Amino acid sequence: MIAIVDYGAGNLTSVARAVSFLSFDSVITDDPAKIMAADRVIFPGVGAAGAAMEVMAQRGLDDALKEVFAAGIPMLGICVGCQIIMDTSQENNTSCLGLIPGRARAFSDTMPADHGGDGFLKVPHMGWNGLEVVRDHPLFAGVGREDEFYFVHSYYPDPDSKDAVFGTTDYGISFASAVGKDNLFATQFHLEKSGKPGLLILKNFCEWTPC
Amino acid sequence: MLSKRIIPCLDVREGRTTKGIKFENNIEIGDPVEMARFYYEAGADELVFYDITASHEKRNIMIDVVKKVARTIFIPFSVGGGIRTLEDMRAVLLAGAEKVSVNSAAVKNPDIISQGARAFGNQCVVLGMDVKHVGEKQGIPSGYEIVINGGRTYMGMDALEWAKKGQALGAGEICLNSIDADGTKDGYEMTLTRMISENVNIPVIASGGAGTPGHLAEVLTHGRADAALIASMVHFGTYTIAEIKSFLNRRGVKVRKTEIDHGLSHS
Repeated sequence: MIAIVDYGAGNLTSVARAVSFLSFDSVITDDPAKIMAADRVIFPGVGAAGAAMEVMAQRGLDDALKEVFAAGIPMLGICVGCQIIMDTSQENNTSCLGLIPGRARAFSDTMPADHGGDGFLKVPHMGWNGLEVVRDHPLFAGVGREDEFYFVHSYYPDPDSKDAVFGTTDYGISFASAVGKDNLFATQFHLEKSGKPGLLILKNFCEWTPC
Repeated sequence: MLSKRIIPCLDVREGRTTKGIKFENNIEIGDPVEMARFYYEAGADELVFYDITASHEKRNIMIDVVKKVARTIFIPFSVGGGIRTLEDMRAVLLAGAEKVSVNSAAVKNPDIISQGARAFGNQCVVLGMDVKHVGEKQGIPSGYEIVINGGRTYMGMDALEWAKKGQALGAGEICLNSIDADGTKDGYEMTLTRMISENVNIPVIASGGAGTPGHLAEVLTHGRADAALIASMVHFGTYTIAEIKSFLNRRGVKVRKTEIDHGLSHS
């Protein structure tokens, strides 16, 4: 059973529907016991890191996720779930889970626009963008160079170590859009809204045995 | 680099699309769920559904459609038309839509934008704007005025001011529909689109007037739009999404490729 962690951060049902389309069973839960007993854990989310961490702490989910990580259970963070695995987030200076050393940073709102004229890149970064695989990972099996993924975010993860960066994306700057460590993997893009390449990475996760 | 989005728009009345897709063999599909599946498989980047059901009592039919669509496609889609209250927004988002679009309700009660943004996040709230060119007119410095009721009622609001206000209130995106261009197939309203897009910092979807892939190329470059809404040019089979994207690609507009096969299609 796959546990989808409910920490009050957005549309969890869309992830559950995608998992169900791939013929895997999942349960949406905020019960730490159920999460620690699951075969795999997904923590999706939209919204603010501060609000997410607050709810995590109230429900004891922060400790549960730390234990899941330590126990070697496959875990997948999506969007805000990719930011709260850092030590801190620049979003309201939030203290986060610290599973991967580093911090979540905000996009600058003064990055030059890409149409050649005056003006700035719009923030949030919203829409389809590419993924450059900089380090191979089992979850990337079958993903092609031209595949694109759906993003909606104003913050991005910035791990201290390059070893934690598996994929990067260009939006004004090159930022880490897929990060991981041991049994943990996380994407800044929405796997559940990225069409077939998104479903593919999700499917790879549902079948992944970390070594 | 971010891709420009190509977004088919489906009008739905009482659970059926008003214009079905005509295929080569002349089979017409009027089921919005099947059309959503068709465009998802064909490489659409996002979908927009407009509920034009007249009767408020029959609006639950749309919620059922949204639920089925959400189980079928795995790209973002928004739902608009007749969204009047926070509860209407909640129902559509809970049913599985990524975004909800408010238009005339926001004109009458702008607070619905901030309420929606606070409750569900800015990225969920699309401000739909119906706009007409009025030229020199008092109180309308940009020359473009907000209209409702399909363009029949002038609201005395300046389109540019309203776009900026919508952004300030928390709209995450603007769907900008030119009533003048709508249905003409003569191209998008370029002046309007560029003016709005250059003056807000949220994405702008151009709507109204698409007839050829060249029109999309124009609005996505000179018009500075982030996305382009299309309807009849694909519904009637005149063009496929792949043809449009391939044209845009040749014209140097970055779009998401559609021809990649991952073996995860619907069986």
